[in-house]
Amino acid sequence: MGRYAIKRIFQGLITIWFIATATFAAMHAVPGDPLSNEKATTEAIRKNLEARYGLDRPVFPDQYFIFLGNMAKGDFGLSFTQQNRRVNDIILDAFPVSAQLGVLAIAFAAIGGVLLGAFTALKRNRWPDVTVMLAVILGISVPSFVFAALGQLALVNANDALGFTLLPVAGWGELSHMVMPAVVLGLSTLAFLTRLMRSSMLEVLTADYIRTARAKGVSDGGIFWRHALRNASLPVITVLGPAIAAITTGGFVVELVFAIPGLGRAFVEAVQQLDYTLIMGTTVFYGSFLVFMVIVVDLIYGLIDPRVRLV
Amino acid sequence: MSAYTPQPEDFAPLGAQDAAPVLVRPSLSYWADARARLLRNPRAVGSLVLLALLGLFTTVGPLFWTVDPATQNLDRISEPPNLGAEALLIDRGQRWAGLKVEDWPAAPDPAWLAAPTRAALDAPEGLSVVGTSHTWSVRLRWNPVENAAGYQIYRNRYRPTALNELGLPLGDRWSGAEVSYEDALALEPGVYWYSVTATDGLRESPHFQTLRVEVERALPLNTAWKAGLLAPETGEPGQRLSLPAHPLGTDYLGRDMLSRLMHGARTSLFIGLLAPLLYVLFGTAYGAAAGFLGGRADAVLMRLADFVVALPFLLFMILFRVASGVEAGESGITAILVAMVLLLWPATARLVRGQILQIREEGYVQAARLLGAPQRYLIFRHMIPNTLGVILVTLTFAIPTAIFTEAFLSFIGMGVAPPTPSWGSMCFEGLKSMLNSPHELFFPALMISLTVLAFNLLGDGLRDALDARMRARE
Repeated sequence: MGRYAIKRIFQGLITIWFIATATFAAMHAVPGDPLSNEKATTEAIRKNLEARYGLDRPVFPDQYFIFLGNMAKGDFGLSFTQQNRRVNDIILDAFPVSAQLGVLAIAFAAIGGVLLGAFTALKRNRWPDVTVMLAVILGISVPSFVFAALGQLALVNANDALGFTLLPVAGWGELSHMVMPAVVLGLSTLAFLTRLMRSSMLEVLTADYIRTARAKGVSDGGIFWRHALRNASLPVITVLGPAIAAITTGGFVVELVFAIPGLGRAFVEAVQQLDYTLIMGTTVFYGSFLVFMVIVVDLIYGLIDPRVRLV
Repeated sequence: MSAYTPQPEDFAPLGAQDAAPVLVRPSLSYWADARARLLRNPRAVGSLVLLALLGLFTTVGPLFWTVDPATQNLDRISEPPNLGAEALLIDRGQRWAGLKVEDWPAAPDPAWLAAPTRAALDAPEGLSVVGTSHTWSVRLRWNPVENAAGYQIYRNRYRPTALNELGLPLGDRWSGAEVSYEDALALEPGVYWYSVTATDGLRESPHFQTLRVEVERALPLNTAWKAGLLAPETGEPGQRLSLPAHPLGTDYLGRDMLSRLMHGARTSLFIGLLAPLLYVLFGTAYGAAAGFLGGRADAVLMRLADFVVALPFLLFMILFRVASGVEAGESGITAILVAMVLLLWPATARLVRGQILQIREEGYVQAARLLGAPQRYLIFRHMIPNTLGVILVTLTFAIPTAIFTEAFLSFIGMGVAPPTPSWGSMCFEGLKSMLNSPHELFFPALMISLTVLAFNLLGDGLRDALDARMRARE
């Protein structure tokens, strides 16, 4: 297990280096000049600005290695559009918000997906199964921003009809703000996990050990909770890595629509305003985060299922 | 089961046979079988019908619905779905001189005004409209009120029942003899409630008179000529002109939604079909090469694929999109295509490589090799046909991903540049006015969802149909 973990972490570091390099290359291919929007720059001011941001040196190798060195130290530099703010501070402010939202969404999707999937498998080809699977297909086919918009519309109408604020339509701060965005964010992952869980459960239900348990006289509930659900949930853990990635990037849209001050919105706004350092910083941060999460998920899976370690 | 009485012939000895018995059922090829199974799946057939309709909508649609998707009409912004409207043709330019009652005092008697116990003025009687009321002018007149020094005119969109519900103060008249008012302030077709109160110069009377006015859509002649709704120098003021229908409404610039959806389908489907086709082709070639070469070349090729797989896809889509920039007059479609192909090929490559590795070890390939079949034969006769099913399914499921990605990018403003319509960018624009005109968001969102739904169902059906194991189960 230790060897496996070290190997995975080493691979992850190389991937992060690759992500950083690709980000650097992409950002330096952007047409135009980060300082061209500055008003009233004299030659001297321009020189000073370029020196401050290190833009007066050759792109390769100087800027590249300075960039890599700073990344290694965890220093993402100064934001180009937000005055006197370091990219690190922006990430530190915004990431906890996104993380909170993401954890809620993942929890909603995973718990809901596992239970719904198991339930539909038990009711195979009867009306609850058919209905849920139809909803799942719809859930996979509707883009997240449509869910976000519909969710907001539903809240507006519900609040109007009730005469008081059931759940706030947008904003951030209290738990009530998080409910709708988390549901919207988790919905497509929920649909995906339900589908996966259903087929996994169908396979498990025909397994020998289930028959044995039944023969022993284990109750239906005992079979479901102790034997079937646990074993059928294994594949769900493998796709949690991609699911986290999907929810992280899905956060871009949901944070934008619900006006949540998270990292997704910060990234999208940085892209729209061409804030070079913020884009590079958030991309490398997101990339590292996702690589890290995939490794964690793999390691957990390795702990649960020893066969994986051999691969 | 019906009873069968054995006949003596049944027990006759069987003679020598010349040939093996001929199979009655014709041999069913893999593809014919798959097609038959696909057509037996109602969901898959439904998705095929849906896709055919979508294809017609995109290709044949614009031939019948020839409205230009880029034409803006600021008179008809954010209209809900409608089957056309009528407009009254008018001459623009003359303002109404107004009505003045001859020999009526302009101001009240100073002695009366000075009395602290004077009664409140009556409401102006006889409030009525003069001429036709349309969106360029509503002309009101009323009877003069005794001791009035002027009048106040108000407008509201519902019937006022109290003084504080009179609505927007439109204007005032500062003479007891001036008894008319022309309203030309941002009128829209529909019903308005006009109210007039009298004032004695110091105090406004609490009594008011209200009139319900139906306002008709009007179009000045020269505007109609300019917009091409009417041949130049034709038409008379007072005639009715029917305006084009917008079956799906208009957007925030008054552009026809149906036409924009049809043209947006081209963008969305172009990216949604071409990008998967390109990267699945590339991934297939790459994976087949890796699987076939094997050894060191395979390891190097796959290590590269591993790196690309590890890149967070949407983040790098956005980065590529930013890095490529969009010049004036470009739509940015090429950049999206290139970025998708660059980022998405490895999944197919891995899949195809795995398939090739597996097929290479199959008994029938080994046998063919032993019989001296050349490499080319092995590739084209065995490997490609046997991976084609998997590739086809991958391709079908890749299309929804591509459509979603385009929509997502357009939605955050990083996709197709305006004015090129795409379903994603239409959703992006529609979201802003979602509460007042939900149709602007609803229709493009519906198109995306239906298309993705159709491809998902088709993919499911294809996967089941192409799975040869399913045949054994039946």
